Amino acid sequence: MQSKAETIGGLPVRAPRLTGFDWRGYIVYLFFTAVLLFFAVTIGDKGFLTVPNLFNIARNTAMIAVIAVAMTFVISAGELDLSVGSTAALSALVAALVIQAGFGMVAGVTAALGAGLLVGLVNGLFVTGLAIPSFLVTLGMMQFVRGLDMRLTYTNPVPVADNTFNGIFGKGYLFGIPSLLVWSVAAVALGHVVLRYTPFGRQVLATGGNRVAAAYSGIRVNRTKLYCFLLSGAAAALAGLLFTGMMSTARYNYGTGIELAAIAAVILGGTSLFGGRGTIIGTFVGALLIGTINNGLIIMGLDVSEQNMVAGAIIILAVAFGKKPAR
Amino acid sequence: MTNLLELRDIEKSFATIPVLRRASFELRSGEVHALMGGNGAGKSTLMKILTGVYTKDGGSLVFDGREVELSGPRDAERLGIAMIFQEFSLIPTLTVAQNIFLHHEPRAGGFLNDAEAERRAAGILSDLGEDIDPRALVETLSVGACQMVEIAKALSKNARVLIMDEPTSSLSEAEARTLFSLVRKLKSEGISIVYISHRMAEIFEICDRITVMRDGHDALTRSTGEVTMQQLIEAMLGEGVEASMQYQARPISATAATVLEVENLTLEEKVVDASFTIRAGEIVGLAGLTASGRTEIAEAIFGLRRIRSGEVRVDGKPVRGTDQAIAAGVALVPENRRTQGLVLEHSMHDNMVLPNLARFTRGLFVRDGAGRRAANDAIARLKIRTDGPDKVVGLLSGGNQQKIVLAKWLERRPRLLILDEPTIGVDIGAKSDLVEIIREIAEAGTAVLVISSEFEELLAMSDRVLVLHDGRLIKELEREEIATEEVLHHAIQG
Ligand SMILES: Nc1ncnc2c1ncn2[C@@H]1O[C@H](COP(=O)(O)OP(=O)(O)OP(=O)(O)O)[C@@H](O)[C@H]1O
Ligand SMILES: [Mg+2]
Repeated sequence: MQSKAETIGGLPVRAPRLTGFDWRGYIVYLFFTAVLLFFAVTIGDKGFLTVPNLFNIARNTAMIAVIAVAMTFVISAGELDLSVGSTAALSALVAALVIQAGFGMVAGVTAALGAGLLVGLVNGLFVTGLAIPSFLVTLGMMQFVRGLDMRLTYTNPVPVADNTFNGIFGKGYLFGIPSLLVWSVAAVALGHVVLRYTPFGRQVLATGGNRVAAAYSGIRVNRTKLYCFLLSGAAAALAGLLFTGMMSTARYNYGTGIELAAIAAVILGGTSLFGGRGTIIGTFVGALLIGTINNGLIIMGLDVSEQNMVAGAIIILAVAFGKKPAR
Repeated sequence: MTNLLELRDIEKSFATIPVLRRASFELRSGEVHALMGGNGAGKSTLMKILTGVYTKDGGSLVFDGREVELSGPRDAERLGIAMIFQEFSLIPTLTVAQNIFLHHEPRAGGFLNDAEAERRAAGILSDLGEDIDPRALVETLSVGACQMVEIAKALSKNARVLIMDEPTSSLSEAEARTLFSLVRKLKSEGISIVYISHRMAEIFEICDRITVMRDGHDALTRSTGEVTMQQLIEAMLGEGVEASMQYQARPISATAATVLEVENLTLEEKVVDASFTIRAGEIVGLAGLTASGRTEIAEAIFGLRRIRSGEVRVDGKPVRGTDQAIAAGVALVPENRRTQGLVLEHSMHDNMVLPNLARFTRGLFVRDGAGRRAANDAIARLKIRTDGPDKVVGLLSGGNQQKIVLAKWLERRPRLLILDEPTIGVDIGAKSDLVEIIREIAEAGTAVLVISSEFEELLAMSDRVLVLHDGRLIKELEREEIATEEVLHHAIQG
């Protein structure tokens, strides 16, 4: 059907490009490469390119990456979850308190995941059951849980003395690779397979692509969305554990602003903010891009105000370049 | 022949408003059964009950001799009932193959097997005689191709019953012909088909039996050979209602001002060197095959398309861009009401006010009362079937949505009215009403340009017909030169 003559009445017309390479879909990779090259040239001699620093970037990106993987599911289903940051802190505190009370690591991790799933469940039930936009539900939840975090220990940090815990979730290495990097790669690999190759992933994309059509096809769209919020809660809990392990301490203010960084990573990666289209690998590179920019700017010696301005500008630019021209 | 399925005395209300009242319907195996009825009669609702999308409030469903209860689309699917919905029901962001096998994907060890899905999709599509790439994203396909994908989707589930809800409403002549031969083919393979349509001609062509619904009840069921057009119209609209689609010659004064002048118009896409004029009070039809550039010309006049060369003038003044077009009094009723014509989540009167905000505003505020009055007028004038002007437009039946799109632009009392397929999905009674209304508008001095793939209505309205082929205007026919639809048929083939 598409092979119709490329000229009409002697005038050339643009043929629709169906199979051609569309570089816009890969903008995040181009940007990531460009940013790496830029930093390699300008601050390569200040230690940017050393293995410890690259591991450093990976470590600092881990929490964003873990949360962003789940966020990709939520956004692909046409929803949003702003409560992940404060939920991460909640899970961190819960784990630390349980471990401090002497119940052990397994109990602590289980309790933390339970807290994350509970938040996800409440989010999901409000969004699907009462049809309240997820932006509002999770905005309220973000604030509610942050308040809860502060109340839990009256803003006091809770140290974790369990070295096994700290090793697994933060400071340790597996075959010479930092455990934080292992966790984030595992999350990405799992998320990629689930979104691309399982029925659940397909249901998520269909739900976000056209909710009514998905329902007509027999997909339980509300249940699908609920699962996405549960996934998001669990990922937030894992991020909280990673924060705790890395610092050997849980604090009420962990994950402040991480929801926005994660959303930025998802959108930079090429996932549609309107749902129906998502890529986990893109999300991961988006997260790495954000982490690399932050790291490079620090090494360049920019202060926090300058870092914020440059990072914000780069995000807008990357999204603008990746956007398809209207019509 | 035995009945494959029977719907008996089905009842259904939406929020206390009854939509189906003891509606019954039978389908024999291997027949093509037409379901007709006015807009809002309950055709789509009845069929959505049969596919498990809605649950019935009362009545029973007998399938293959056994009474069954459906609690969701999956149950209907298991029985082999599939439906092509009136509303677009594909996922635009997924590929053709992914859509065809949505929710019954081929698997390999718990994982999706997209390669297998693509292979099988290609098989089904080529059985249908369609050349569609299974890996293309649905959002890149034409409406006709989407329709074929929906059929392929239904067939992929081994459907024994296929329900088509106004399948031709967005197809071109040629695409519709493809669909008809497909319907015959499926029938010969023993598939039973429910065919919902407002187009008499095609119903008489492909259907074995006809059921007419009226006010949520089945008013008549007959074999196609035993019923006349007039009997159908009466069953649909009530005794003594005339639904005539006859052209009435109207004198257009030779001194009437020229409203629209299109001169050597060439666009970036399709249209090449088009020139024509329309005078005040004149209705000009634009005929042509689907991709011949009709919509592009309409959009260019309304300022939505980049003009490569040439000029559009309204009342002698050059017009470029939508702002200038609107200021010059041009109104466009677009082809696709759901995406271009309406804010589906809003009420009817909000929709009516939208393009006319200036007229409905006093000082800083929108005059809701006046908007509501205008909406009530339109409900009466266009016989829109709704509980009132506050009902959310998205919940109205398809044909009634189309009437609201029209109403909203008529409210502007435009100088030049462009109608792109104005009667898609509108029932016969309303269709002749609309033809009447469009004539009245022209009589009041508006210049009208109508695009339509339905020759009957094009010939009923137009004083003159322009024929477009592959982006070029190849003919201009006075109404008197067109004796039959055949003449037009030949003309548009180029
Ligand atoms: N989900 C809904 N909520 C409320 N009212 C509805 C809903 N669906 C349909 N209706 C109402 O039920 C009536 C019948 O609608 P239906 O879509 O079955 O009509 P139809 O016969 O298919 O008409 P058309 O020819 O215009 O498509 C209409 O008045 C419509 O407004
Ligand atoms: Mg309908």
